[in-house]
Amino acid sequence: MRKLLIAIVWLYFGILLIGPLAYLCRQAMSDGVAAFWGEITRPEAVHGFKLTTEITVIVLVLNLIFGTVTALVLARQQFKGRTLLSGLIDLPFAVSPVIAGFMLVLLFGPETLLGMFFGALDIKVLFAMPAMVLATLFVTFPFVVRELTPVLQTLGKAGEESARTLGANEWQVFLKVTLPAVRWGLVYGATLTIARAIGEFGAVLVVSGNVLLLTQTATLHIYQSYVDFNYVGAYAVAMVLIVVSFAILTVLEVARVRATAGDS
Amino acid sequence: MKIEIRHLSKRFGTVEAVSDVSFAVEEGELLGLLGPSGSGKTTVLRIIAGLETPSTGDILIDSVRVNDLPAQRRNIGFVFQHYALFKHLTVFHNVAFGLKIKKWRRAEMAQRVSDLLRLMGLEALADRYPHQLSGGQRQRVAIARALAPKPSVLLLDEPFGAVDAKVRQELREWLIRLHDDLNVTSLFVTHDQEEAMEVSDRIIVFAKGHLEQIGSPADVYEEPATEFVARFIGSMNILEAKVTNGKAKVGSMEFPVSEFPDGQQVQVGFRPYYVKVSEDPARFRQQARLRHVYFLGVAYRLEIETDDGVILRSRMNKEEYRQCKFEVGQPVSYAITHFRILPQEGKPGAFLQPPQPPESGPFTP
Repeated sequence: MRKLLIAIVWLYFGILLIGPLAYLCRQAMSDGVAAFWGEITRPEAVHGFKLTTEITVIVLVLNLIFGTVTALVLARQQFKGRTLLSGLIDLPFAVSPVIAGFMLVLLFGPETLLGMFFGALDIKVLFAMPAMVLATLFVTFPFVVRELTPVLQTLGKAGEESARTLGANEWQVFLKVTLPAVRWGLVYGATLTIARAIGEFGAVLVVSGNVLLLTQTATLHIYQSYVDFNYVGAYAVAMVLIVVSFAILTVLEVARVRATAGDS
Repeated sequence: MKIEIRHLSKRFGTVEAVSDVSFAVEEGELLGLLGPSGSGKTTVLRIIAGLETPSTGDILIDSVRVNDLPAQRRNIGFVFQHYALFKHLTVFHNVAFGLKIKKWRRAEMAQRVSDLLRLMGLEALADRYPHQLSGGQRQRVAIARALAPKPSVLLLDEPFGAVDAKVRQELREWLIRLHDDLNVTSLFVTHDQEEAMEVSDRIIVFAKGHLEQIGSPADVYEEPATEFVARFIGSMNILEAKVTNGKAKVGSMEFPVSEFPDGQQVQVGFRPYYVKVSEDPARFRQQARLRHVYFLGVAYRLEIETDDGVILRSRMNKEEYRQCKFEVGQPVSYAITHFRILPQEGKPGAFLQPPQPPESGPFTP
């Protein structure tokens, strides 16, 4: 019975994860290492990696700043509408990324007030970097907040209060007490954000217009290659993203262990 | 330094946690704030530290009003109930925290920290992290950290609440010695009356946000100003009675209370050690039955039920107890040697009087 259960789990993992992964690796290398290298160094692929990296970095920085502020406010302040805000944080998980992208298209379309405003300033939002960042922000927003808020709540206020009685001002309290205490939670939230930002497809597809060498991220490039029957290209870029994801997963695991060990 | 609290009140929403509290802490004093949980004592402490803002009232430190001074500028040492040590810093850096904030020179800082660690018996643990310490050690680190920047006042919130009984006793004695050495004005909050008695120069008793009594441990114990204090501090037998012909009667017990008018409802209180019990039915006039005997280590507590069905607690030291051959359930005789009429709820001290022996007749052997 026990062996059967273990076998079922192995089979489940095999079908869902290990099989596809192994097949992907094989296919990426099917025309040899040179072809693989050629595919991932193509200008379109390089541009895709570059664009994905840029979006990820911007989104990560914004999420770290506003996610931390949001978590601090939700964990430390009592105010009207706090429960409503806490509930809204999970919204991006419930809404399909395609719908998120679509909402942005509607919001910044040429006929809307916002669209006209940015149009008048000659700032291109839709089918450009700003909308892609916004779309990625929308889908990654919950990670830092959701990691940090409970950590801050269990941490309590006593450490911050004792720092204040020892003469620290608010900024010193944050830098010297709060931040070090939640650092692994923050790392955990950051890695989740990075992983999701790199992998985001639907929301970005809708708002980017998928313009070659302009608004085509790595995942969009995979999609495009696949549609154009360039399977080796699709597999090769996918494999790079998977390696990156694996590295992130490792960091995540370390962060999780530290986060639970360090706080006990 | 001297601390003065004037007409302090604090509301949380509709709850009045502290209402119109005034008191002063003298220079160098060790003052205990005693009360059950939710009595407002911790709130008072936090208001003094600047961690809560009062709804009304003033806080003066050294005759200067500090209401508008933020916590970080009040120069107060605060020791939290659960230590609140910085987990990511070693013992040394925990203690040095306040000095770094105040930009002490490195050499002076190292000197101050190592002096404090020696005083606390922690010098061997300087490089440990908080999670590697025992509860008692953490508490001492917390006190060292609070003392490091030379605060004018030391505030301790339930300082020994989170350690086990044996360590608690050691820490109490250690705190008294520390206070004798440093002589820094200190306030500590506790719900443990024994702890308050043992450690404090003076005690303030809180109940439901009100200051019930302030005085030396002996004052508070011997002359409780309110019914609450009488019930809260130590153990006391309390009986309800109506005055008739200058006497408060409870069954066959009669307490002379000539200063009270007839018809007045009073509460008669007496400590267990004022209840004398003998296995010899002829020894005292009043008769009862022994219900329980509790061994307390240093003494015995006896629970007797009088012939009128009133349950009384008595306390006997070991020698007395051994001379009597008690068996649970046996008939005993008893006498009440001293009693007092308790002040009534809402009228602190209104009927205060020293304990007096009911010398006239019924209780004497």
